[in-house]
Amino acid sequence: MTENLLEVTGLEKHFPITRGIIFRRKIGAVRAVDGIDLAVQPGETLGLVGESGCGKTTTGRLVTRLIEPTAGRVVFDGRDITHVSAGRMRPMRREIQMIFQDPYSSLNPRHTVGAIVGAPFRVQNIKTPQGRKKAVQELLELVGLSPEHYNRYPHEFSGGQRQRIGIARALALRPKMVVADEPVSALDVSIQAQVVNLLDDLQKELGLTYLVIAHDLSVVRHISDRVAVMYLGKIVEVAPRDDLYSRPLHPYTLALLSAVPVPDPARRDAAQRERILLVGDVPSPIDPPSGCRFRTRCWKAQEICAQQEPPLETPALDEVTAGHRVACHFPITPEERTGRGAQQAREAAAAVGEADD
Amino acid sequence: MVIGPEPVAGDTTTLVAEETTAPPGAAKAIEGRSLWRIAWIRLKRDKIALAGGVVVIFLILGAVFAPFIVALLGHPPNEFHQNLIDINLGTPIGKFGGISKDFLFGLEPGSGRDLFSRIVYGSRISLLIAFLATAMSMVIGTVMGVISGYFGGWIDAFIGRLMDVFLAFPLLLFSLALVGVIPDRAFGLSGVSLRIAMLVFIIGFFSWPYIGRIIRGQTLSLREREFVDAARSLGARGPYIVVRELLPNLVAPILIYTTLLIPTNILFEAALSFLGVGIPAPTASWGAMLTEASHGLYQVDPFYMIFPGLAIFVTVLAFNLFGDGLRDALDPRAR
Repeated sequence: MTENLLEVTGLEKHFPITRGIIFRRKIGAVRAVDGIDLAVQPGETLGLVGESGCGKTTTGRLVTRLIEPTAGRVVFDGRDITHVSAGRMRPMRREIQMIFQDPYSSLNPRHTVGAIVGAPFRVQNIKTPQGRKKAVQELLELVGLSPEHYNRYPHEFSGGQRQRIGIARALALRPKMVVADEPVSALDVSIQAQVVNLLDDLQKELGLTYLVIAHDLSVVRHISDRVAVMYLGKIVEVAPRDDLYSRPLHPYTLALLSAVPVPDPARRDAAQRERILLVGDVPSPIDPPSGCRFRTRCWKAQEICAQQEPPLETPALDEVTAGHRVACHFPITPEERTGRGAQQAREAAAAVGEADD
Repeated sequence: MVIGPEPVAGDTTTLVAEETTAPPGAAKAIEGRSLWRIAWIRLKRDKIALAGGVVVIFLILGAVFAPFIVALLGHPPNEFHQNLIDINLGTPIGKFGGISKDFLFGLEPGSGRDLFSRIVYGSRISLLIAFLATAMSMVIGTVMGVISGYFGGWIDAFIGRLMDVFLAFPLLLFSLALVGVIPDRAFGLSGVSLRIAMLVFIIGFFSWPYIGRIIRGQTLSLREREFVDAARSLGARGPYIVVRELLPNLVAPILIYTTLLIPTNILFEAALSFLGVGIPAPTASWGAMLTEASHGLYQVDPFYMIFPGLAIFVTVLAFNLFGDGLRDALDPRAR
């Protein structure tokens, strides 16, 4: 096994909730990311999925050091970047870049495309042998835009083109790793595939490593080699893509997968009926449940789930491949993935709320 | 709309740009239409704002070239023409305050000075003080607003309270008191220039919170935009982010509120002059003329009050109309 390009251990980010203006008192914390372990190998794509508010965006900002971690370690390319100063981080930023979610707010409306894509050279003070303008135009061509767009402004482009501009900016410094935070979720579905394919092509061409953060399971399935599922600040399951999609082990993953829209109208009604509907809302990250965080909505929860937090590990089951890890006391069995098992799971999931009342 | 060669894979581009397009065949260098260009196109369509702008330019030119205009159309502003004044009444001879082709706005009662020249010269004082004071409050307001919004936390809280103090300051009383204690010469200035400096200071130093608050709010919302994060993820330092990323987006609000603050300051200067805190005689000033007229003269010669009043009214209206139009052009979402 090769050495990991990015290694995250026990990473935490707690946003303090304070009261008072001059005399600030800390009255609590939002535990956005609460102890996660991740490893990304060179050349692979790790997809990070979860519903909104589960901490996946915060994770992306932590590994690119846009925000300061509360605890844990981030090791990039053998160097510990957990708490390096902004000044020491600057040269390393050439190697880890970010693609942002919103193509409308991630490009400065007052700058031309040339200024935006050329900003990395200017900020990092890099001399380009062929001249900055030429370098920018080559980047524009790389992402499928015309070099003539150099003098244009972001508002003259469509969402998909803007996202291409954002990608060109991220690639300007030839990074080893790109963290893509919801790279396509703000785009029309018809444009999503193009941008996803562009990311795929660029990976092959430039040998990039991706950490793709998304909530759309179909996008993640298309682009990822491995997938990590997050729930309320924790990673609940990590697996090679096909294992995760065909044999989910965590009840939450199973529920998520059952909620993926089916594009085929003939099968849509059946899919609708097979959906496992989770009862209730995601608990507050200010005061997460004890033990397993999913237990409040889980139909398989038992006493031990409230007392003991399940570790993220490979369960000793026959069908489970190496590298498939899950944080659950009672992983999903093959039986539950059959039609009848799923039916029972649905009924049990729907009954979770009633038992509480 | 065709944008020259279009090699983009299948990204069927519906450009967001507006209706006007480069003529067909202009496929060489595609020049981007900056937001300024678009704002200008929008402003050109707003006839009322354009009219305001024309009046503003006209007023500025009038103030700058006052000596030439007066030499051409009037008499020196401090030249007495008592032969044209009714000795018994003290009012100008002739109808409508003595309006004639020699004296376009008539004469000043008592002394017989040319009212037109005094209005033209008065515009110099009004505009000079308003411009300098506005520039001062704009600079202080922008710096304080950006600091407040960008850094946040206790700095924001402190500057916020400071603005409250400045806004709560009894400014009129303060300036009345200041005139009582101001020496004849200070800071190497004396007479009219010292008074101008004082007025600029009073008006400028106490009106910055209006701009400061707006800039703070804008900075606060800009700071959260992803392009700031993008700059940081490239390794940009604070000054780079403020100067290259934030300020270009703040120019529009700064420009808008500057144009809207100028008429307020013109009014304020007139008010101070009216209260006798302004420019000392014999220098012409709109506010001071209104004071004199208000001492009973308007009953016998209403035109002595109408012309300075009209001058203030037209100036303030023109700046306001232009400023409103500018806001609509630069920031169409503001309404």
